[in-house]
Amino acid sequence: MRSIETFMRHHPWSWSFVAAFLTWAATAAYISGTGGLALASTALSFSTFFVMVGIGQMFVITLGPGNVDLSIPSTITLSAVVSMMVMDGSNAMILPGFLAAILVGILVGLFNYSLIRVLSIPPIIATMSSSFLVQSSAIALGRGVKIKPPAALEWVATAKLTGVPVLSLGVIALAVCMAILLNRTVYGRSVTAFGQNTRAAGLAGVPIERIRYLTYSLSAVLAAICGVFLAGFSGGSSLNMGEEYLLASIAVVVIGGSSIAGGNSNVPGIFGSALFLFLLVAMLNTFGAAAGLRLILTGLIIVGVVTFAGGRTENR
Amino acid sequence: MNGLRFFASARFWRGALPALSLTFVLVGVFWLQPRAMSYFGLNLLFNLAVPIALATIAQMFVIAVNDLDLSIGSFVSLVACIGATWLRDTPLLGIAALLGCVAVYAALGALIYIRQLPSIVVTLGMSFVWSGCAVLLLPTPGGSAPDWIRTLVSYKPSYVPMPLLAAVALGLVVHFGLMRTSWGVLMRGVGGNEKAITRAGWSVLKLKMVMYALTAVFGILAGLTLVGLATSADANIALRYTLLSIAGVILGGGEFVGGRISPVGAVLGAMTLTLTASFLSFLRISPDWQIGAQGAVLIIVLALRAIVNRLEARR
Repeated sequence: MRSIETFMRHHPWSWSFVAAFLTWAATAAYISGTGGLALASTALSFSTFFVMVGIGQMFVITLGPGNVDLSIPSTITLSAVVSMMVMDGSNAMILPGFLAAILVGILVGLFNYSLIRVLSIPPIIATMSSSFLVQSSAIALGRGVKIKPPAALEWVATAKLTGVPVLSLGVIALAVCMAILLNRTVYGRSVTAFGQNTRAAGLAGVPIERIRYLTYSLSAVLAAICGVFLAGFSGGSSLNMGEEYLLASIAVVVIGGSSIAGGNSNVPGIFGSALFLFLLVAMLNTFGAAAGLRLILTGLIIVGVVTFAGGRTENR
Repeated sequence: MNGLRFFASARFWRGALPALSLTFVLVGVFWLQPRAMSYFGLNLLFNLAVPIALATIAQMFVIAVNDLDLSIGSFVSLVACIGATWLRDTPLLGIAALLGCVAVYAALGALIYIRQLPSIVVTLGMSFVWSGCAVLLLPTPGGSAPDWIRTLVSYKPSYVPMPLLAAVALGLVVHFGLMRTSWGVLMRGVGGNEKAITRAGWSVLKLKMVMYALTAVFGILAGLTLVGLATSADANIALRYTLLSIAGVILGGGEFVGGRISPVGAVLGAMTLTLTASFLSFLRISPDWQIGAQGAVLIIVLALRAIVNRLEARR
């Protein structure tokens, strides 16, 4: 028992998996039968999108106080619109569509970074201003556009192998790569150092500006990729498809046990909390809670989790 | 001689930037559509700026203590819903609910201070709570504003249009309260140097609670004005106010840290953003680009401010 306790204290991300499992178990017990497995499979499908943007947001938040990417929702929408237009429903154009989406991500990241650098304004303001422009471009380009995603993309985004969503396998691979990137590469360690003490990191020879640029680009590119799969998953792009990802991307980072003050992050927690967020909504749905109640409980849980975890940032 | 030097100083230009940008957009609108230069035209142009300006002032109180409120849009929506339902049908319940909201905001301020929480995450969570309450209260768009609010917001004084009077009054009252009284100095001090305030024997906890409560009060004013103008409400009516209000504060010369804010600037900033949206429609540009243009105005003004700051540093 002691060892479990120590493990959980040293790995704050484990809480999110426990929470996800408990919500799943409660719901599964309520619906009984094989419904539980189907629920787990659906949860895996839906949480993949939260994980994709959550990882990008996590890298940004690791940079320290004030670093948040508010342009994620608009980037998702714009890249979905652009990629659907390039692909135009044909399997042969999937690769160019993906490249176009990634280009959107790179450009948004570059734009965010240049605003932060050139105007020397807080990243929140910079990403907010650019999200206005990006969202507007998405609306102008995408109004009235109803293009079905190519069949192959739709398959990748929705297919399941013996109940396990194909896309979630890809995202697990992505998460593993990102965990290695964060913990085992010079770049990842630099991001952490940046978040712990930017000045010290700079004096120690960390190329501050390059790290910041790369991190904002990474976040935008992941959001762009998420946009393509999300469009494939939901049968095309829509103008408000990114909306819920602003809160979700920040919430999965916080619930996952990463420090909101930066400098101390982990990837597994993002997976756990993405599952938890989806399962929570699913549980409230099964119990027949009204839409309003669902929102209230989701909000209260997020506030509760930061209140519970908040003290940690002080004694660092 | 001193006066002249002031006009050439960076400080003057930084302060004048919000007024200049509003003038610039306003001249643009008048140039495209001279008929807007009338009592009726100005009323139409600035009508919807009043609730946005109130929400911007609400946001400013939070920014003054180095926090950020990402829930103000859903809060204003909830207030509009309360205004269109309870406040009309059972006024006492409505007033109690609004007072409850102020108490919740004050409690949030306390929670954020005591636990040293990131305001962004707490308010983001609260935005769900407010939206949830609004959806429970008004599942489908509807309701109707109490008559007294409708009469109040459609009041037409002679000579000067109501929205302009309201904007001037709002700017001056908050400016006086925050910039010219000792209480105002204390409250801005929380954003400037928390430790200094504590050492001087004041309770930062209480000050933060007051600032958050003030945010709620102005959020409530914004919601009630909005429901009066729109005559009915829905749970998503003001969601875009969250980003608009932050943009307005920044446009008005406020800064994210250090308690550096400007109430008059914030009101001007909110008016500029509202006007930018109409400017596009006068140019016959698709409304799809409205938020884009607001973003562009924000970026341009921030760029100008960066230039001014850089010139100052060089000197």
